[in-house]
Amino acid sequence: MTTSATTDYLSIDVRQPGPIPLNVQLSCARNELLVLVGPSGSGKTTLLRSIAGLHQARHAYVRCAGAVWSDGQNNIHCPTQHRRIGFVFQHYALFPHLSVRGNIALACGDVPEQQRQQQVQDMLRLVNLEGLEERIPSQLSGGQQQRVALARALARNPAVLLLDEPFSAVDQVTRRKLRRELALLRQKLNIPIILVTHDLDEAHMLADRMCILHDGTLLQTGTPDTVLVKPANALVARLVDLGNLFAGEIVRHDAEKKFTYLRWGNMELECALQKEFAVGATVDWVIPPENIILHRRDRPSKGEHENPVSGVIEQSIALGENTSIVMHADRQRGILSFTVPTHVARRNNLARGEAITVSLLATAIHLMPKR
Amino acid sequence: MDWQALTLSYKLAFCTLLVLLPTGILISRALAYGQFHGRSFALACIALPLVLPPTVLGFYLLSAFSEQAFIGHWFHQFTGGPLAFSFTGLVCASVIFNLPFAILPMQRAFASIATDIREAAWCCGLSHWHTFLRIELPLAWPGIVAALILVFAHTLGEFGVVLMIGGNIPGETRTAAIAIYDYMQVLNDTAAGRLSALLLACAFISIIFINLLNPRFMNHDHQRNN
Repeated sequence: MTTSATTDYLSIDVRQPGPIPLNVQLSCARNELLVLVGPSGSGKTTLLRSIAGLHQARHAYVRCAGAVWSDGQNNIHCPTQHRRIGFVFQHYALFPHLSVRGNIALACGDVPEQQRQQQVQDMLRLVNLEGLEERIPSQLSGGQQQRVALARALARNPAVLLLDEPFSAVDQVTRRKLRRELALLRQKLNIPIILVTHDLDEAHMLADRMCILHDGTLLQTGTPDTVLVKPANALVARLVDLGNLFAGEIVRHDAEKKFTYLRWGNMELECALQKEFAVGATVDWVIPPENIILHRRDRPSKGEHENPVSGVIEQSIALGENTSIVMHADRQRGILSFTVPTHVARRNNLARGEAITVSLLATAIHLMPKR
Repeated sequence: MDWQALTLSYKLAFCTLLVLLPTGILISRALAYGQFHGRSFALACIALPLVLPPTVLGFYLLSAFSEQAFIGHWFHQFTGGPLAFSFTGLVCASVIFNLPFAILPMQRAFASIATDIREAAWCCGLSHWHTFLRIELPLAWPGIVAALILVFAHTLGEFGVVLMIGGNIPGETRTAAIAIYDYMQVLNDTAAGRLSALLLACAFISIIFINLLNPRFMNHDHQRNN
């Protein structure tokens, strides 16, 4: 198999002006788990339904495992029944009148009865549901129903697995467990998986690549670490819930020291050299909260010379092991938020109204073109 | 006991069911899932017998069934017999005035099957026909049965339209409801009472059946909504 055949195992190009506008081009490798993230109405589910053939977009091109499923230009629209897809719906959509066995057997296709039963058993083993064959969906817990939906989706031996917010209808504990199981299961599968979710933690944990969708447009695609730490622009930063998003102006580049200097309010911040931004350009910038380092009052350290910012604590909220601090930076009139371990907050008396100083790590300041 | 009238009533009810079972399923499914122009108009037409006085419906049907009208004329040419004042005419009228009782509950039963359940069936590789047979029909079945019971009970008791279309021909159009009216006219309270009691029991049993089916029906809805 050629490299392009491997990376383009699944190719999607879906465009439509409405009712939910879509303009998405992406491809997926054979073993890849692609996570679609975006706010409600961004077109995630519509994109998934377009791949499955449940939605016919104005211009759609979908090719999977060498077979063209949709090609608007050539008037090809392969019906859902003929696409080798496994689809797990948000609320599972199990057939309420059929047993677990019946639900899975229905997806096995036209095979001899003995082979069908064997296939059902294999699927049940795969999702750890042996022993529950004769129960009907209403007799199963949310997590068990999700597993049946997954087994049913895999029973067709699909070329792609599509998961539409599969963990949204279960409690936190079950969700964690199911995520683990999916991570394990995908090691046994040799197909691309596309998962739609609102949950950034889930995306971070499971994704090989994350796609950020907004108003039907793909804003950024990349590994979770790239997208969550180096968003393409301020909108992506907001969508992935990155706080500490500010505007600044490029002052100069220093190739020798490998710094770009950024004006923020009335101070100059040192950032890692990013020459692609012209001097004088206004940029957006972001710093992940874990790269804001609190200065200890009792024991000053060397690192405190790195972009020191002073201010007053506006909010200090203990959230279990960590305490969320919101600080008003005096000179910049900006709001910085970060977390510290709760015992550190206690030891340093980080209460509302207290003056503190923090350092912004230069290498973690990420500059973005102004939209 | 006027067994002839009673047998005719049951015969009429069974014939009506026989026609309305397939057509009702077909129409109600189309109304539940189809998005087409004139859907609201079709729904209004189907529901009309619910609010229309039976005599008004009977009048229009009688006009349509007469040999001067297109339908009556066509039927006469085709069979050699009249449509009005015949058992066939009675079945046609019965089908029409029972349309809302058959279609509305069936439509509700089909519409309450969540879209993603049908889509999941397609994703499992099931054709539209197999989806209908293996998913939609079993899930809508309690609603369909409830509709059929309603139609059966309603046909047994219908008076106005039957009198207008069929008149009172023993063995041909004289149903139990007409017979009761006849007995009352000749002050035969005993015969009218017996027949009335029988129809009352039939109506009562029908309602019990519908109520027995309803929790199952509602339960399906509940599962889907969850």
